[in-house]
Amino acid sequence: MKYFRLVWKNVWRKKIRTSLTILSVFVAFLLFALLSGIGYAFKGGVDVADAERLIVIHKVSLINPLPMSYLNRIASDDGVHSVTHASWFGGFYQEPRNQFGQFPVEPQAYFDMYPEFNIPDEQLEAFKRNRTGAVVGQELATTYGWEIGDRIPIQATIWTKADGGRTWEFDLEGIFSSDDPRGSTALMLFQHDYFEEARAFAKGTVGWYVLRVASGADPIQVASAIDLQFANSPNETKTSTEAAFAQSFMKQYGNIALIVTLILGAVFFTLLLVSGNTMSQSVRERISELAVLKTLGFGDRAVLGIVLSESVLIMLMGGLLGLGLGWVLVQGIAQQMAAFLPGVFLSPTAIAGAVAMMIGAGILAGIFPALKAMRLSIVDALARA
Amino acid sequence: MSDILARLDGVSRIYQKGKERVEVLHELNLEIPKGDFIAIMGPSGSGKTTLLNLLGGLDKPTAGTVTVGNAELSSMSNSRLSSWRSTHVGFIFQFYNLLPVLTAHRNVELPLLLTNFNSRERARRASIALDIVGLADRAKHYPRELSGGQEQRVAIARAIVSDPSLLLCDEPTGDLDRDTADEILRLLQVLNREHGKTIVMVTHDAQAAEFANRTLHCDKGTLEAKEAA
Repeated sequence: MKYFRLVWKNVWRKKIRTSLTILSVFVAFLLFALLSGIGYAFKGGVDVADAERLIVIHKVSLINPLPMSYLNRIASDDGVHSVTHASWFGGFYQEPRNQFGQFPVEPQAYFDMYPEFNIPDEQLEAFKRNRTGAVVGQELATTYGWEIGDRIPIQATIWTKADGGRTWEFDLEGIFSSDDPRGSTALMLFQHDYFEEARAFAKGTVGWYVLRVASGADPIQVASAIDLQFANSPNETKTSTEAAFAQSFMKQYGNIALIVTLILGAVFFTLLLVSGNTMSQSVRERISELAVLKTLGFGDRAVLGIVLSESVLIMLMGGLLGLGLGWVLVQGIAQQMAAFLPGVFLSPTAIAGAVAMMIGAGILAGIFPALKAMRLSIVDALARA
Repeated sequence: MSDILARLDGVSRIYQKGKERVEVLHELNLEIPKGDFIAIMGPSGSGKTTLLNLLGGLDKPTAGTVTVGNAELSSMSNSRLSSWRSTHVGFIFQFYNLLPVLTAHRNVELPLLLTNFNSRERARRASIALDIVGLADRAKHYPRELSGGQEQRVAIARAIVSDPSLLLCDEPTGDLDRDTADEILRLLQVLNREHGKTIVMVTHDAQAAEFANRTLHCDKGTLEAKEAA
């Protein structure tokens, strides 16, 4: 710590050069924060997945519906504690860009299946009582300024009504929240019974089943048993854990994690070159000063530490500023895009990883100049000076 | 023996320059009594600076031994030599070699960063050292804001702040005008006479050498122990 002033003064020896280097680090970590936050939205479902929940979909694809009759057959399996279903509605609110998840569900069974969603009892009861009732997550209610009692029209893109209409109107009966801050609540749930009755086609089907594995049962064995039960039927199933389901669902958008990793990899590689060059120049310019430090009694390790500290300090200054602004922007994006891309979140793990990267990149960028400084021959350096 | 601060016994220093072996010092013997002020003169390449480097533990002899106080420098590791230098020897260079990013006060304080003194004690000692060289009022000035003579005074303050017994000066007045040079040399005399510092000064300047107690002439790697007038 007593060397901090020396390190600080050395860092700011060339103000413009240091500022530009810090700016490049700033941009890199700003990008990191933004991409991590958005990337999280694409894998958030995987992280919050419940290991004891299984998803049963049509073997061909998620788009193909499953017969409603499967509900009781799945429930009859010994390894199944409870089961419910949901379907993809795929409508929008007012304008096509206002898209979010809408699912016809069994109200009580759905909230039993997802205990992480919290809804006041009286609101759930009101939802159950009202055939055209709906509940929305807090994110969605905040985004559109909805309040309980509002009548919300949703324009269907798939499900026309039996009367030919495409506008489905729902009475907002409740607003739910999530225990897990990483879980999105940009959802609208409404009664499957109303959906079943009013839709023009595909009656007697659902999009997928969700089941909770019975205590002590092996989820993998339960999944196999269910798929075996429907094997060779017209609607074969594919049962997987919730995490696996979320992963396969997100792959529809491409391998976001790989794209993010490639972009960040390129950015950080460039950053290392820029910072490494800055540190090399900095050490080259003050060979005689480093020799003087060693003459005064600063040991090899002290000189190594001073140069490395300078490199890490530059990374931390730019990185923390970039991460800080990135965090603020991610908060804003999460609010603005809650409906279209729910779950944008800069996780503590990502923040910790970023700080570790700053320190690691600082050490990598500074290690060769620092070793050069450490191995400096005092006599040669003073003679050259 | 107790009056001898530094001793060189049969010291040779050979450098390898490509395929050529260059013997800069040849079986040199020298005793430096405590409190002495020695000027070493000689032509360029005669080994003056090499001799200074050996005395300061910056370099090691190819043969022979260098002893300063109770420390046999030629057998010490680099890390021990670093530690030894920080407390036993002060260096003064021709071009001052102050760190341009630090104020005069912070430059003087630098060697004390290697001690266990707290910041207040370091500041106190740095202030005393600056006071001794007559630059207390320039403590907050950066080197670029000081004249050459003032910079050299700061360098002297830095050299004495750890209270070393030995000061090694390599052409300390080589970059200064006559009047300023004389001021610096008088300051060195004061440090020698009033503060008991043993000083070894390499110089090309015969007038500078007159400020020393005695002058040794270095030539072709040997030291002629003839006394200057």
